[in-house]
Amino acid sequence: MSGPGPAAALARRLLDGDLTAAPAVLNLLETTTPAARAAAAELLGALSPTRLGREAPGQVIGVTGPPGVGKSTLLSELAAGYRARGQSVAILAVDPSSKRSGGSLLGDRARIRHDPADRQVFIRSTAAGERLGGLAPATRAAASVLAVAFDVVVIETVGVGQSETEVAEVADTVAVVVQPGSGDVLQFLKAGIMETPDVLVVTKADLGRVAQRAMADLHAALRSVGATGTQVIAVSSIPPATGIDKLIGALDAHRDSLDLAARRLRARRAHALADFIEEHGAAGLRALGGRRAAEAQLADADAGRDVASLTAELERAAAGARARRP
Amino acid sequence: MTDSSDHRLPERERPWVMRTYAGHSDARRSNELYRRNLAKGQTGLSIAFDLPTQTGYDPDHELARGEVGKVGVSVAHRGDMETLVEQIPLDQMNTSMTINATAAWLLSLYIVAAEEQGVAPALLSGTTQNDILKEYLSRGTYAFPPGPSLRLIADMIAYTVVEVPKWNPINICSYHLQEAGATPVQEIAYSMSNAIAVLDAVRERLGDRAADLMGDVFGRISFFVNAGVRFVEEHAKLRAMSAIWEQIGRDRYGVSDAKQLRFRYGVQVNSLGLTEAQPENNVYRITLEALAVTLGRNARARALQLPAWNEALGLPRPWDQQWSLRLQQILAFETDLLEYPDIFEGSVVMDGLVAELKAGAEAEMARVAELGGAVEAVDYMKAALVESHRARWRRIESGELTVVGMNRYESTEPSPLTAGNDGGIMTVDPAVEAERRAALDEWKAGRDAAAVTRALDALAAAANDPNANIMDASIAAARAGVTTGEWSETLRDVFGEYRAPTGVGEAVAVPGEDLSALREEVERVSEQLGRRIKFLVGKPGLDGHSNGAEQIAVRARDVGMDVVYEGIRLTPAQIAASAVQEGVHVIGLSILSGSHAELIPSVLDALAQAGAGDVPVVCGGIIPEADAAALRAAGVAAVYTPKDWDLNQMMRDLIGLVAERHASPV
Repeated sequence: MSGPGPAAALARRLLDGDLTAAPAVLNLLETTTPAARAAAAELLGALSPTRLGREAPGQVIGVTGPPGVGKSTLLSELAAGYRARGQSVAILAVDPSSKRSGGSLLGDRARIRHDPADRQVFIRSTAAGERLGGLAPATRAAASVLAVAFDVVVIETVGVGQSETEVAEVADTVAVVVQPGSGDVLQFLKAGIMETPDVLVVTKADLGRVAQRAMADLHAALRSVGATGTQVIAVSSIPPATGIDKLIGALDAHRDSLDLAARRLRARRAHALADFIEEHGAAGLRALGGRRAAEAQLADADAGRDVASLTAELERAAAGARARRP
Repeated sequence: MTDSSDHRLPERERPWVMRTYAGHSDARRSNELYRRNLAKGQTGLSIAFDLPTQTGYDPDHELARGEVGKVGVSVAHRGDMETLVEQIPLDQMNTSMTINATAAWLLSLYIVAAEEQGVAPALLSGTTQNDILKEYLSRGTYAFPPGPSLRLIADMIAYTVVEVPKWNPINICSYHLQEAGATPVQEIAYSMSNAIAVLDAVRERLGDRAADLMGDVFGRISFFVNAGVRFVEEHAKLRAMSAIWEQIGRDRYGVSDAKQLRFRYGVQVNSLGLTEAQPENNVYRITLEALAVTLGRNARARALQLPAWNEALGLPRPWDQQWSLRLQQILAFETDLLEYPDIFEGSVVMDGLVAELKAGAEAEMARVAELGGAVEAVDYMKAALVESHRARWRRIESGELTVVGMNRYESTEPSPLTAGNDGGIMTVDPAVEAERRAALDEWKAGRDAAAVTRALDALAAAANDPNANIMDASIAAARAGVTTGEWSETLRDVFGEYRAPTGVGEAVAVPGEDLSALREEVERVSEQLGRRIKFLVGKPGLDGHSNGAEQIAVRARDVGMDVVYEGIRLTPAQIAASAVQEGVHVIGLSILSGSHAELIPSVLDALAQAGAGDVPVVCGGIIPEADAAALRAAGVAAVYTPKDWDLNQMMRDLIGLVAERHASPV
């Protein structure tokens, strides 16, 4: 197994569109040794918007929803849909992990049907680690880096009510997947526990009347919270699958309507702050003068900077503040 | 019966149907074996098909590689079926076919082969296993998604109940549930829930005719049951099943005919409890298990097949199977078993056990019903089975459950039974696969291609038409010379494919396990690597027996590894792609079908081609020592067999292997 390789070489490969670099990129980003972390920072730096001269071109999509709604089947169809258009797809599947032992069972890739010989499809499963329902630490970084080379990067998470919040911080577009008869989602939406997704997907559209009623209920719930811009798409994965083209259309439409640079910038700042807090905790935040001061500091930084350098800047500021203490 | 002989039958009872689960290589060789077995006093046939036939692939399909003729006979078309039953008069034979996903097809071939012998369908008797839910839960030879699979089953039942009235179109299997770890309560509850799902589907399929035919349908449903070595409780289980079955017939389907309400079952006794260590002891286990299903007349098996003493070592030879058949014959003809009425009538112990099991099973059945029935509850049942299996394994590991020769009384003299040149098992000639491919080409060249195309078009049309019965088109396709792979591919195109749940994701850690030392070791090595140890568990080939792989995956998770487990039926290319994309540190492969010698080297090649030739690979399965040595020479780091039952030791080995191979992360 090739471990963390030289960051510059990996950056070069991604810039050249070499999709086979993906496994080594993920290995590097997931590795926590000091050398690997330095190399990861270098990789992120080499692929920052400043260095690229633009945002990474790939579309980053978050797909989230409760277990058992058919997310994996949907992802199979979605991946096939993108492949039929000639687009490459990377799927980062985040599995909930067993907290007790720290281990995890990653079974998702089995359910995502794809041709193993197709080099344009990359699937990586990751344990969510300590962060329940949220993203694995390396996932945010991986999504931003893979978007340099892949046309589409999909982040799949499990859960509802929490997970979409974190996915929303990294994805350009978030699709929440529900199945007919899932009252929870309706309640969450109405109660404002759940943030309004960019796209709502109702699976099992083959259930006919039940699915239609679910669509109507969701529309009503969205209207009640004033979210009229959210598209609701019905899909069925029973062959022949239906609704997938419409879903891809809705995801594209959302992205086209988006101020991508602003959303990505927000994502990088949130990511940098999350990484800083993960590393230095509440004490670190206090040293910066609190969350709002930290956010203000990030807002002053150059818009095209990568997450690693932003985090490093927060660390320097915190160290400086500590040093100035009497 | 006269008053003076309440405790004796007026005459000795006829014994059950005696079978041996047999078949290998091709139709010609299997036919010879069947005729030899029948000459030895076997009274029925039990056909073992190879995995490609069971899952609907022709011998030349990529997934068939290494599996052709291995665990059973390869049957690709009507010509094979005709050869298989040559000189066996089908109007006099009772044939059981272990066939599920492709049951409609194999029954069609059997009907056409009988036609060739001049035997009408109405004269055929036998059984197609045809139980798809247990394939999702345990055995793994499914082909289509649940909805279409149930439709095929309902079609077969609706067809046979009229056209092949002596045929048992389905054998609801509790057998494989026990092999997957089911407790007696789970075995009863899940098999009964499964039967309800099937009967409901048939009732719907029959529509207006249901009122007339449901009694006949109910009377044709038989069961395929397991019996473990706790033979008293196992017997009680069968009595409890009888009682629940009758209740279901009366209450749910309005059946009143006593004959139709009778719980009819065949048995293969337990393989799960057979040991590789001191394998001769298995003969005693098999004997006791046979008693479980024959002792009490009120719940006696209709048909019995016994495993051979060496099943944990490899494929049994004809002599090994003969030894098991002789046990049946001694039980039936030498002992006085068949001279008495039910010997447990009025037994306080038996009645108490039956009541206990019945209550437990009814509660669990209610739970499955709450989830929407057996089809909807597949995930729940699968997870429950994985959980039970794990609990059983922990009890063996802790010594709470004694397995003589394995975790207690382990010292042994060398066994003369395994000392022969063949290691005491049968091996299938590796040339069979190439022979079968050539024979397939020849068959295809000799057919009327236009007729085949027409038959396949008609089959696709029938599959697309929810009101058509698949049997008519299948029988026509069989006559036209269509192959097993063509029939299945046509239906896969219409119905789609399916992957069953693995059941491992839901498994929670059993409390009270002392895995802390192993967890620390995983943490230590993971910290050195800078990344948590990531372990890929893969099952190459068509073998669906995933229980062992699942237990290993769950244990690895419990000691702190990130485990990628993708379920069954993977090609070497898929495994290699997963290993690379997932960035795993070590790979474990599990194969129980005997195709390790072909498949494992293919995986090693695929890994090397994918640039992951340096990832260490271990493998496990029913692997004879000679093959194990060859695999190690080919680069496999370790080979595990059923005697390596200590999962924690296996985990220690894996951690050590990762530490050694990834000592200096680059």
